[in-house]
Amino acid sequence: MKILVCISSVPDTTSKINFTADKSAFDKTGIQWVINPLDEFALTKAIKLQESQGATVTVLNVGEAITEPVIRKALAIGANDAVRINTEPKDSYSVAKEIANVAQTGGYDMILCGKESIDYNGGSAPGMVAQLLGQPFVNACVGLEVNGAEATAVREIEGGKETISVKLPAVIAGQKGMVDEKDLIIPNMRGIMSARSKPLQVLEASSSEVKVEGVSYDSVPQRAAVKMVSADNLDELVRLLHEEAKVI
Amino acid sequence: MAIFVYAENINGIYKKAAFEAVSYAKAIADQAGDTVTAITVNPTDSSDLLYKYGATNVIKIKDDGLKNFSAKAYAQAVNEVANGNTLVFPHTTDASSIAPMLAIMKDFSLITNVLEAPESLSPFQVKRRAFSGKGFMHAKADAAGVIVTVSQNAYGVKENAVSGSEEVKELSVANEDTKVVSHEQSSGKLDLKEAEIVVSAGRGMKGPENWGMIEDLAELLGAATACSKPVSDIGWRPHSEHVGQTGKAISPNLYIAVGISGAIQHLAGVNSSKTIVVVNSDAEAPFFKSADYGVVGDAFKIIPELTQKIKALKG
Repeated sequence: MKILVCISSVPDTTSKINFTADKSAFDKTGIQWVINPLDEFALTKAIKLQESQGATVTVLNVGEAITEPVIRKALAIGANDAVRINTEPKDSYSVAKEIANVAQTGGYDMILCGKESIDYNGGSAPGMVAQLLGQPFVNACVGLEVNGAEATAVREIEGGKETISVKLPAVIAGQKGMVDEKDLIIPNMRGIMSARSKPLQVLEASSSEVKVEGVSYDSVPQRAAVKMVSADNLDELVRLLHEEAKVI
Repeated sequence: MAIFVYAENINGIYKKAAFEAVSYAKAIADQAGDTVTAITVNPTDSSDLLYKYGATNVIKIKDDGLKNFSAKAYAQAVNEVANGNTLVFPHTTDASSIAPMLAIMKDFSLITNVLEAPESLSPFQVKRRAFSGKGFMHAKADAAGVIVTVSQNAYGVKENAVSGSEEVKELSVANEDTKVVSHEQSSGKLDLKEAEIVVSAGRGMKGPENWGMIEDLAELLGAATACSKPVSDIGWRPHSEHVGQTGKAISPNLYIAVGISGAIQHLAGVNSSKTIVVVNSDAEAPFFKSADYGVVGDAFKIIPELTQKIKALKG
């Protein structure tokens, strides 16, 4: 079985998000980059399938050379090889087109990714890839097993869960719960050393077409100063919530 | 040309997110001097509920093949009946699975997680959530048509009654790639993303056995319960309750955080809440800086007492 895992390189979750002075772009100054946490759940699941079923795992990133440390980390976690499409990702559509191109030529049985990236939160690329490839798409997965030419996926639905069987090849977008947080793989020295010699193929982008443009960005406005209420005076809190905020 | 909106239902019953999406579509239609056509799959609810928010036409897709959800099959079905160049979806799990597939079918732009009515229609430009709630993006669509998904609890539900009519479309879309094995719906449990009040707790609760008081307060307020990341990681509460950067992003009217210190990743997922109350024994907890109201003290004393006082208020 061949699995393609698509990863994004995103600002570390502890990053404060700032924009350039003219608000036209995200300010990357001082940012540490990590594998998108939701993609990491998918990658870990793929490595588990590699161990249990002998799958080969290729990681794919659409990004400029600055993303290579993140790709090497994915290789250190256990992916067999990697592909980087050498272009700045502009929107979900252009990224999905590049992923679909690689998937089409590679003959993968399953494409795994996170359900969205924690930077631009489009949540669009996985579904677009599925449609471009004419494959079924299962989103927001919190469980996945593979049985031959079929996968059994558990997807989160509002107020519950649904277990479905899906014919492969398919695109599966995962999230927290696809594997437990404690099962996420921290690369060891052997993994880090071996990642250096694993193949990382760099390909040029096939097109530059975009459909959505980020025109400008805003930070979250500051709230007014907090009103502290004494723990001995909860009547006052109830009054504030009822009369001032009008939320109860 | 009409504005189309996908009115999501669960087991035939419209979700609040569907009414928000119809309200949003009506705002676009009013800007454009146009009308709203709602599309819904196998509903049992009356179309009157959609006219109330501004849908002039309701297309009811009837298809036994769509009894179970499949993103691909639903996208095909919606594609068959949606003829407009503007389509509105709620940003629910199902709708945001359909929308990207439809965007490719129609060769349209897709802008997800939108928060406000469009800033302009030509070109289509709108404010959307980005960086997991740590920022906003003003996005412009560059294609001939646009699909948007509306972030839940952001635009709100706005009554705007019109007189409408419905049309039934019998379809038979092939749905062979996926098959539902089992479906578990927690009955009576409020959907976290739709809830107007959320009561959330963290490690300060000391153990899962202490969640009763959180649930009592939530029940009294008609609220959903949520938790911080460490709590779901330890397994005290299910992953589906985790709010924050790698969990769910929510925008309730009232968010009550109990025993949560307020890490930047947690704030990312909840800082769109209109009013935030923080209860924490640590006066230095960073969450107080992002709250509207704060109480320093022992949650085990404060929460039951607060519950009693709200009960008294409600009579």
